[in-house]
Amino acid sequence: MIQSHLTRGWPPAIAATQGRTERPAELPGDAPLAVRGLTVSYGEKPAVFSLDATFPAASMSAIIGPNGAGKSTLLKAAIGVIPRLSGEVYVFAQPLEKARARIAYVPQRASVDWDFPTTVMDVVQMGLYRKVGLLGRLSGAMNARAQDCLDRVGMADFAHRQIGQLSGGQQQRVFLARALAQDAHLFLLDEPFAGVDAATERAIIDVLKILKAEGKAVVAVHHDLSTVRDYFDHVFLINVRRIAEGPVATTFTTENLQATYGGRLAATHLDELSMASGAR
Amino acid sequence: MNAFLQALFLQAGYNAALVAIGAGLLGFAAGSSGTFMFLRKRALFSDAVAHATLPGVGIAFILMVSLGGDGRSLPGLLAGSALSAWIGLLLIEWISRRTRLAEDAAIGAVLGVFFGIGIVLLTVVQSMSAGRQAGLEGFLLGSTAGMLFQDAVVIAIGGSLAVLVTWLMRRPMTLVAFDSDYAAAMGYNVRRIDLLMMSLVMAVTVIGLKLVGLILIVAMLIIPAVTARFWTERSSRVIWIAGAVGAAAGYLGAALSASAPALPTGPIIVLVAAGIFVVSLLFAPVRGVLAAVIRHRRFQARVHRRQGLLALAAQHPIREAYTLRLLAREGLARPDGVPTETGRAQAAKIARDERRWDVAREIHQDAGLTGRYDGLTPIEEVFTADEIAEFDRRLGPPVALGGA
Repeated sequence: MIQSHLTRGWPPAIAATQGRTERPAELPGDAPLAVRGLTVSYGEKPAVFSLDATFPAASMSAIIGPNGAGKSTLLKAAIGVIPRLSGEVYVFAQPLEKARARIAYVPQRASVDWDFPTTVMDVVQMGLYRKVGLLGRLSGAMNARAQDCLDRVGMADFAHRQIGQLSGGQQQRVFLARALAQDAHLFLLDEPFAGVDAATERAIIDVLKILKAEGKAVVAVHHDLSTVRDYFDHVFLINVRRIAEGPVATTFTTENLQATYGGRLAATHLDELSMASGAR
Repeated sequence: MNAFLQALFLQAGYNAALVAIGAGLLGFAAGSSGTFMFLRKRALFSDAVAHATLPGVGIAFILMVSLGGDGRSLPGLLAGSALSAWIGLLLIEWISRRTRLAEDAAIGAVLGVFFGIGIVLLTVVQSMSAGRQAGLEGFLLGSTAGMLFQDAVVIAIGGSLAVLVTWLMRRPMTLVAFDSDYAAAMGYNVRRIDLLMMSLVMAVTVIGLKLVGLILIVAMLIIPAVTARFWTERSSRVIWIAGAVGAAAGYLGAALSASAPALPTGPIIVLVAAGIFVVSLLFAPVRGVLAAVIRHRRFQARVHRRQGLLALAAQHPIREAYTLRLLAREGLARPDGVPTETGRAQAAKIARDERRWDVAREIHQDAGLTGRYDGLTPIEEVFTADEIAEFDRRLGPPVALGGA
């Protein structure tokens, strides 16, 4: 049973020779984000193993997989938030450290203490800390920029609220505004739609689509399979190892999902997806 | 009382004045540089660092005596305590990063082991023939008896440096304390910033050892920051308020203890700080206990008034005694639950808003009224007057209420 899933669902040849895939890892070009041979391990159990991934410019990419498949791990390791055991990361064809200023990261909302003594405006200004430096003052232009970013996510009226008074969706928008303030070219979001209301989801997706239209790359860990086709152009399917990656139209298929989720993806869910995709 | 006032205005003699000023300065430094330890949720870390100074004191004494010097030379003892605190600090950091032990376990282990070693060394020192060891116990609970001008100078210079570094590094430290993943993604070296926070705490501990003692210094590092949190929602202000609270506690505590012969300075300072904390806990606006109780009561009344009026509108009997009392007190209903004229009018308005909400929810099914349709949020806050007029148009003319 399991065997049949494997043989049917793993399009790229994965036959491992000396820990590397058979397929020669092509150079990443100047893709906004590319990882080669990335392995991250908690203890002695790999959370992700020997991943090759390339995320294209001017598009929205989703990282998709079941719980514990290493989605967030991939994102965090790619930007050095957690250490990697092996592998390389290229951001716009540069090593990670040289391209820091071009990356904006939106962590999971639940990863911080929202009772921290800080206001909405303070949080957005954190996105400007690198530009301000240690001794600099936040100039009028920078404050205006922060205010503008709040405006873009529909939170302009909340600038002076304490962050603990926000709803989950509002918190998520503030995090997005902070990332916008960085003026980055690559946006990495960890479950931006988890536990937010419908209005927030709409507001966030609108902002992300504008970023895409501006030629920026958006990569998001995503949970909701039913919205993948509406929101994203590119998918990366992961379950510890890479299952498939490519344009949504050709890669987000029932076969690949079955291979990613195994038995955990209910047949009914798959039916819904195929119906959503039209004639399939 | 008179003695206290004398001490308060630095009129109780040279030594008392020196102690009061020194304690005030130390309080400021400890309060502000302890802020980020508290915000990073590592308050107990300071306690471990403080306890880890003790072996250094003992070893420094033994070394200095065996080299033929004065075992009580302050620079030597401070250097020794700083060194052993630094080792303890690195050890905690290493244990929690490299082993499966959690940070609290690492803190407990290092605190206990270092304190144990320190006590053993102090006992050895007591039995050494090369005497003049008297006074080393003062490092445990602090002593002001022999405070010298140079001690005050050490506190003033060291404390100012600690405050200065805290202020200069406030942005990276805020970022790491609030959201360390984001800080790492921006390229900040989180580990180094953590070490800096701990080093600040260590520095203040070392300069405060002689005055407050290593057992109670943690109180001066943490209580002011916790207290300050009650009064502000901005981390940058927590730094200064904590400094002020610490300074006030240090100065007042020292003056208090100088006003009577048998009051130990360190513990009195800590008790004064704790007093300020308790007052803040109870009476601070917004975050204080009293404010929270009042807010909760008001909210409860709002809920009951609303539910009572809804029941009046629907002509349901009101069974909850509190609701009845509330409505009666506000002149909305008689004690037996029959609505007054005002009550009838308000119930009608609420019933109408409920019907407006029904229409609104039908129209805006997909637009996420989540969190707004909660029974309490006035519809005027969510929709514009024009939108509400549109709901009313769909509803038709008002219906008379109460079957009249």
